[in-house]
Amino acid sequence: MNTKFSTKTIVATGLGAAVFLVLFMYVKIPSPVPETNLQIAYGVSSFFATVFGPLAGFLVAFVGHALNDFISYGSPWWSWVFASGTSALVTGLCASKVAPKVEAGEFGKSEMIYFAIYAVIGNALAWLLVAPVLDILMYAEPVSTVFLQGITAFIIDAIVSVVVGGILLKAYASTKVQQGSLSKE
Amino acid sequence: MKLKLFSYDQLDTFVHRLSGLSKLVCFMLLTSAVMLTYDIRVILGILLLSYIMIMIAKIRFSQIKLMLIYVAAFLIFNFFLTYVFAPEYGCKIYGTKHVLFTFGGPYTVTLEQLFYQITKLLKYLSVIPLGMIFVLTTNPSEFASSLNSIGVSYRICTALALTLRYFPDVADDYNTISLAQQARGLELSSKAKMMDRLKRTAGILVPLIMTTMDRIDIISNAMDLRSFGKYKKRTWYAARPLKKEDWLAMGVSLLALLISLYVRFFINHSLFYNPFV
Repeated sequence: MNTKFSTKTIVATGLGAAVFLVLFMYVKIPSPVPETNLQIAYGVSSFFATVFGPLAGFLVAFVGHALNDFISYGSPWWSWVFASGTSALVTGLCASKVAPKVEAGEFGKSEMIYFAIYAVIGNALAWLLVAPVLDILMYAEPVSTVFLQGITAFIIDAIVSVVVGGILLKAYASTKVQQGSLSKE
Repeated sequence: MKLKLFSYDQLDTFVHRLSGLSKLVCFMLLTSAVMLTYDIRVILGILLLSYIMIMIAKIRFSQIKLMLIYVAAFLIFNFFLTYVFAPEYGCKIYGTKHVLFTFGGPYTVTLEQLFYQITKLLKYLSVIPLGMIFVLTTNPSEFASSLNSIGVSYRICTALALTLRYFPDVADDYNTISLAQQARGLELSSKAKMMDRLKRTAGILVPLIMTTMDRIDIISNAMDLRSFGKYKKRTWYAARPLKKEDWLAMGVSLLALLISLYVRFFINHSLFYNPFV
């Protein structure tokens, strides 16, 4: 862990969670479904997960979401906080393949597809399994409500993760100098 | 845009004098006590305890007004959602059915459902003040140190301390970038279509993430230069030693948790308290 969780990753986790928190609190785009918002923040957590790995991703989403709940509701809704963390954790599993490419300035079609698959699986696990099951176990919520909320959250957050996360990764990769970009004349 | 993270007040009350560690432990013990029970008597007891603590901590209404509005909206929404999707859930739990009146169709109001939903409402209401007390009376710098003293790795605590410290800066950055883009004619209001808004907001995010990445480099270099992460342990400037009051508070909270577990396993023999049989 000491070698993997470097100072840079720690700082990235801290600031990533701050960005996540700001977006989670202030930037909500209403979706066509009533009472649900597009949370841009999930794009940020999937970006940090992909660049800095699963543990950083998990903490960005987990800490960001928990602090948001603390500030706006007084007490976190733990089942959904865990689910947020899970979505970023699973997305982060693509880091070992995608992150070196991004750092080398490459984010082409194959990386995008790879990233998208992990992001969709992560969101599916989080909102269709972790959130509803924990809701039932921890809060004894009725089954039909939690799955309805879970499905809505899954569709919305998967779209946001892939679209926003993809745009951010593409932009970040383009700031990196590509290997072999200089040629001798 | 409101930039203040916690409206933390430096006061001298019993609750403020407790160390961050004992407040965190109490918060966790009491929330688990509420989470592990569906017995209205235990929940009412903890609810009463947490409101007494709010009085002792001298938390003003203006500090928690906004929170209360959000919470009320959430609870009302949850209350109706539960009823619409599971109007018979209470009967399933308690095994009896006392119909009060019908709306027509399958929608009947039963005593069991009402009891289940009121218990649930009180359950949330009793947890919320605990979090508020914790957030409003704990110095943000002490928060990270108290997490460290319950065994969370100091690397993770440092990350959390950085989050709390940089939140206002990031919020400022976001605001500046967003206003600058809007001044150039980027439509972000509800007039734009959903997909367009999503893409354009992502456009604001790009400069925000780039500034953040630069900042990450600067901060992590500064920390590396000061040999951060060389040792297995770190001490915290904001940490405070435990006093008699701290042990008292933690003892009371532990007692509450034990009572909640006792009632669950030896009196009710289930998660729910059933007054109907």
